[in-house]
Amino acid sequence: MTFVAFSGAVQLGLIFALLALGIFIVYRILGVPDLTVEGSFAAGASVSAMLTVAGRPFLGLALSIVAGVVAGMCTAFLQTKLRVQPILAGILVMMASFSANLYIMGGRPNIPLLREETLFTGLADRFNSVQAARFFLPVVVIILSAAALGLFFHTRLGLAVRATGDNEEMCRASSINTTFTKFVGLAIGNAFAALCGGLVAQYQGFADINMGFGMVVVALASLIIGETIFGRRGVIWNIGAVIVGAIIYRIIWAWALSFRIDPANLRAISALIVAAAISYPAVKNMWTVARLKRNARRDGRHA
Amino acid sequence: MLKLENICKTFHPGTSNQRIALDNVSLELPKGDFVTIVGGNGAGKTTLMNAISGVFLADSGRIILDKRDITFTSEHRRARHIGRLFQDPMKGTAPNMTIAENLALAYKHASESGFRIGIGKKTLAYFQEQLAQLELGLEDRMKTRMGLLSGGQRQAVTLLMATICTPKLLMLDEHTAALDPSAGEKVLRLTQEIIRRDKITTIMVTHNITSALALGNRTIMMENGKIALDISGDERQDMTVEKLTSMFRLVI
Repeated sequence: MTFVAFSGAVQLGLIFALLALGIFIVYRILGVPDLTVEGSFAAGASVSAMLTVAGRPFLGLALSIVAGVVAGMCTAFLQTKLRVQPILAGILVMMASFSANLYIMGGRPNIPLLREETLFTGLADRFNSVQAARFFLPVVVIILSAAALGLFFHTRLGLAVRATGDNEEMCRASSINTTFTKFVGLAIGNAFAALCGGLVAQYQGFADINMGFGMVVVALASLIIGETIFGRRGVIWNIGAVIVGAIIYRIIWAWALSFRIDPANLRAISALIVAAAISYPAVKNMWTVARLKRNARRDGRHA
Repeated sequence: MLKLENICKTFHPGTSNQRIALDNVSLELPKGDFVTIVGGNGAGKTTLMNAISGVFLADSGRIILDKRDITFTSEHRRARHIGRLFQDPMKGTAPNMTIAENLALAYKHASESGFRIGIGKKTLAYFQEQLAQLELGLEDRMKTRMGLLSGGQRQAVTLLMATICTPKLLMLDEHTAALDPSAGEKVLRLTQEIIRRDKITTIMVTHNITSALALGNRTIMMENGKIALDISGDERQDMTVEKLTSMFRLVI
């Protein structure tokens, strides 16, 4: 793998760590693999791209967060007030956001930004280095947002959000409004996904209507890589693990590409990583049972 | 303190599974009353508890807690004034959060904003002091994940959570039934101590006739969604476990 490919992978990893944190919030904290994030990711990208074209890249990034919050709240509304099953609520909002994103992008499926002034090109002019800018901005964004998230989870409201995913019944018995905490959790999780989309659009120089597709699996793979390597401990530890997991995932991705693996196959590989990691305890258990049976049979013959 | 007026609740109305769970139940609990409720499975004990705590709305009737009509108040709002313990010790606490964090969730101080970061030193010291009173050595394990504690320890912490801000009403739904005898005894003793100390109005569902008569000052027997027996004072003094058990058989 060339150095350029490696540093590009780290940059992408830092950016996609935001998405992985979004999935971490909705999947690990709230306990729902929320598909809305695919829609929020694309929504963030489209908002960011349109405002970049309009000459306001920073505003674009800020408003992409708002887009994510709105999408998350739609899902929360379906889930809580209208009692749609969590998975289905996410799928519905993801579907609807496709139309919304197309509308935001003025009916075009692709917005090129290659000749526009993005936050990255602006910083590159200031630093006199494209690579420095491409490291600097993702690092700053991920540090600020991870710190904010870590602090939030130790506020009273943050504790209540965590408890909602941990034991909902206990929450209601402890006078926690779980409808409200789900709104908060889903809004924050999708805000992270949308911010990620917004950054990706400016980083790669375009927004595409389909760019959210498969992002849940990509983020889950990052999450699981991080957890497998570092284990699950306190919230702060887990947040760090997710970020490093996202970077490692991108390095693996770049490494695979250096072998000229067809990028089309990478989604299948991502899906395999997730399936293997999640099923690991069950497979291990099957193996243990098989061994016990084998031993019992053998001992029986000796008896 | 608590007043129920003609509470009715029918499950699956209009289907072949229709079942009247609460049939025109009226009940009044003066402040400081400690009522034990007995009754067979399906008699409506838990349904009554759920109606009071707001898990579902009753089909008709009114519920008044401390002079406030809470008939249509949502479950989490009622929980500000109602402490609850379930039979399953896993239900009362968040397993992936620490003991201190669990207590912080239950400890609602009006002065503390929702955005305050961390748990204050004073609050932590208070938690430690309260945990010490359980005499389980948990005061030194405040950063332990709740899921690592035994059922009895978890139930004791749940009890603390339910009473750390003295509730107007405490509801115990067979909260020692899933514990081993010695842990159950310990939790029951702690329950009594706290109820006595804070003079909490309490409803306790139990399958243990002996403790139903030994604890509290009033005993209610439910049958087919109705209150079949409501005894206190001398009448309850004269009641024996054998007599109550035989009445049980009669109504069943």
